[in-house]
Amino acid sequence: MTDAILSVDQLCRYFRVGGFRSAGVLHATDDVTFEVAPSEIVALVGESGSGKSTIARVLAGLYPPTSGTIVFEGEKQGRTASRRVRGRMPMVFQDPFGSINPVLRVGHSLHRSLKLHRPELNRAQREAEAVALVEKVGLLPGAEVLRRYPHELSGGQRQRFGFAQALASRPSLILADEPVSMLDVSIRIGLLNVMRSLRDDEHVSLLYITHDLASARYVADRMIVLYAGRIVEEGTTDEVISNPSHPYTRLLMATAPDPRLPLSQETDVEDLGEPPKVINPGPGCRFAPRCPLAMDQCRTSTPATVQLSATKRVACYAVQAP
Amino acid sequence: MSTPILQVRDLKVEYTTSAGAAQAVAGVSFDLAPGEFLAIVGESGCGKSTMLFSIAQLLTYPAETVGGSVLFDGEDLTTLSPEDLRQRRWRDISVVMQSAMNALNPTLSIGAQLADACRAHTDWDDKKIAARSAEVLSMVSIDVTHLKSFPFQLSGGMRQRAMIAMALLLEPKLIIMDEPTSALDVVAQRSLMRQVENLRRELGFAVLFVTHDMSVVSHFSDRLAVMYAGEFVELGATREVFDRPRHPYSVGLMDAFPSIVGEARELTGIAGNPPSLIDPPAGCLFAPRCQHATDECREFRPELVTTDGHAVSCHLVNPRRRS
Repeated sequence: MTDAILSVDQLCRYFRVGGFRSAGVLHATDDVTFEVAPSEIVALVGESGSGKSTIARVLAGLYPPTSGTIVFEGEKQGRTASRRVRGRMPMVFQDPFGSINPVLRVGHSLHRSLKLHRPELNRAQREAEAVALVEKVGLLPGAEVLRRYPHELSGGQRQRFGFAQALASRPSLILADEPVSMLDVSIRIGLLNVMRSLRDDEHVSLLYITHDLASARYVADRMIVLYAGRIVEEGTTDEVISNPSHPYTRLLMATAPDPRLPLSQETDVEDLGEPPKVINPGPGCRFAPRCPLAMDQCRTSTPATVQLSATKRVACYAVQAP
Repeated sequence: MSTPILQVRDLKVEYTTSAGAAQAVAGVSFDLAPGEFLAIVGESGCGKSTMLFSIAQLLTYPAETVGGSVLFDGEDLTTLSPEDLRQRRWRDISVVMQSAMNALNPTLSIGAQLADACRAHTDWDDKKIAARSAEVLSMVSIDVTHLKSFPFQLSGGMRQRAMIAMALLLEPKLIIMDEPTSALDVVAQRSLMRQVENLRRELGFAVLFVTHDMSVVSHFSDRLAVMYAGEFVELGATREVFDRPRHPYSVGLMDAFPSIVGEARELTGIAGNPPSLIDPPAGCLFAPRCQHATDECREFRPELVTTDGHAVSCHLVNPRRRS
């Protein structure tokens, strides 16, 4: 894929942990390689601690990468993101209650983004654009909404506003870090539909970070499953959902709460384990301790990523290439 | 059905606001049998947590229980003195809060917090306390060495399980759970639910479980109540409510979350917002958002009518008797 707007190659981000004399290094993301095409929603799926938010934060320039390269719109990124890049690749945060200034009307924040990122607009144009933006994400009537304070908006409305703010700088890719996980189930679907309409009508790509497979299936074109900082499986949404290869993806599928599914017997155990903290990891598959298929090989060397089809990759010894 | 352990009758809770009293719980009645698992689902602001807090008599100003009764084991909790209530809490009724992160004391070890609860409610000696603490921790599959751990050393799932261990300490007859799974990942969610279910079978306590995500409880609860704007709109056997929801709001909720099985299809959710609780509309509270609402719905408030153990409050399901 040469027309990708974002390609990430062997991205690693490590954190030093423990006291200042500690030699502990947490491998938050390790060797992460993927691409995002124009007008595409890619879901990064994993449990907490899988490194999915770290990837978004590195891309947004909030942390510099430890190693690896990020090429965005044909340009190799340095240690921090420039204002232009931040505008083209903005982030929507998880917490709609903490991400908007509570003492200012919501319109103020939007006007500031427009002033910074679209200096060519005059005041009247800015005001018209702000109304158009909030209406694009389903906040109606726009002019009225802009005059409100954040506390006058519900969680779902605030999160929609988060997307309007991200749209203000005319992005090509929006990093959406668990944008719906703090919302009620009944409101989530509205936000997911907003994300789909941004892709279809505004031709924006989205990197949708979530631990919820069902919502990822609903919005995403492709899925990347992360475990303990590494990509374990990647493919089109259909490929991953209807034919999950990696044992971890299967675990996620089996535990997804879904009243339409019979209760899976596979997960009929009380303790399904937890993802490890990857501090100074040795070689070996990181899922091996929880894996029902683990072999000796899995514990001694790290499985390489194998291409199963044109679009599907998996890193698991138990799943050999056809 | 044996004698209910909990009988809630016409429970009403109001919040004092500058614009007047907001009726957060508007007359809820239900029974809970010993060992039964009742799940209550609804959107945020529907009054589900307020109702739990009212049942446990934990409300503080500006919320106040203004009517109804909560009979627990034949005693009305709303009329008990604070000291009598204290005697019953933890021993008979325990509560698991939503966020274990905030509910556990960050400066004390798990063991110290378990011991604290024991000392406040029993006259056990240290040996007995240590033995019981180790026992409840192992019940929730946490290694006993974690008695010495502090909350920050545990993962989110383990903290939530430690909360459940604390709730189990004195073998209560009823455990009230307020969204215990909402901060957890799907895998941790599933193991927590499985654990609650197995412990309930083993120890026979009843569970009152509040959540906004009904898919979490779909396989675990005996009965399911759907709450909207302070009222129960539907109450029935869990599978029955999932497979054949009758109230338009329940139907909307079922349709609001995507699935990982079956045909991928467009979902719309429920348009609109819940009504004001300060000055609620005269008719059915859901009528302004309901696609099937008639003039009758906008004029008369429907009542919860039970047929074959399945209660629904909707004029379309229960036609009104003309007088």
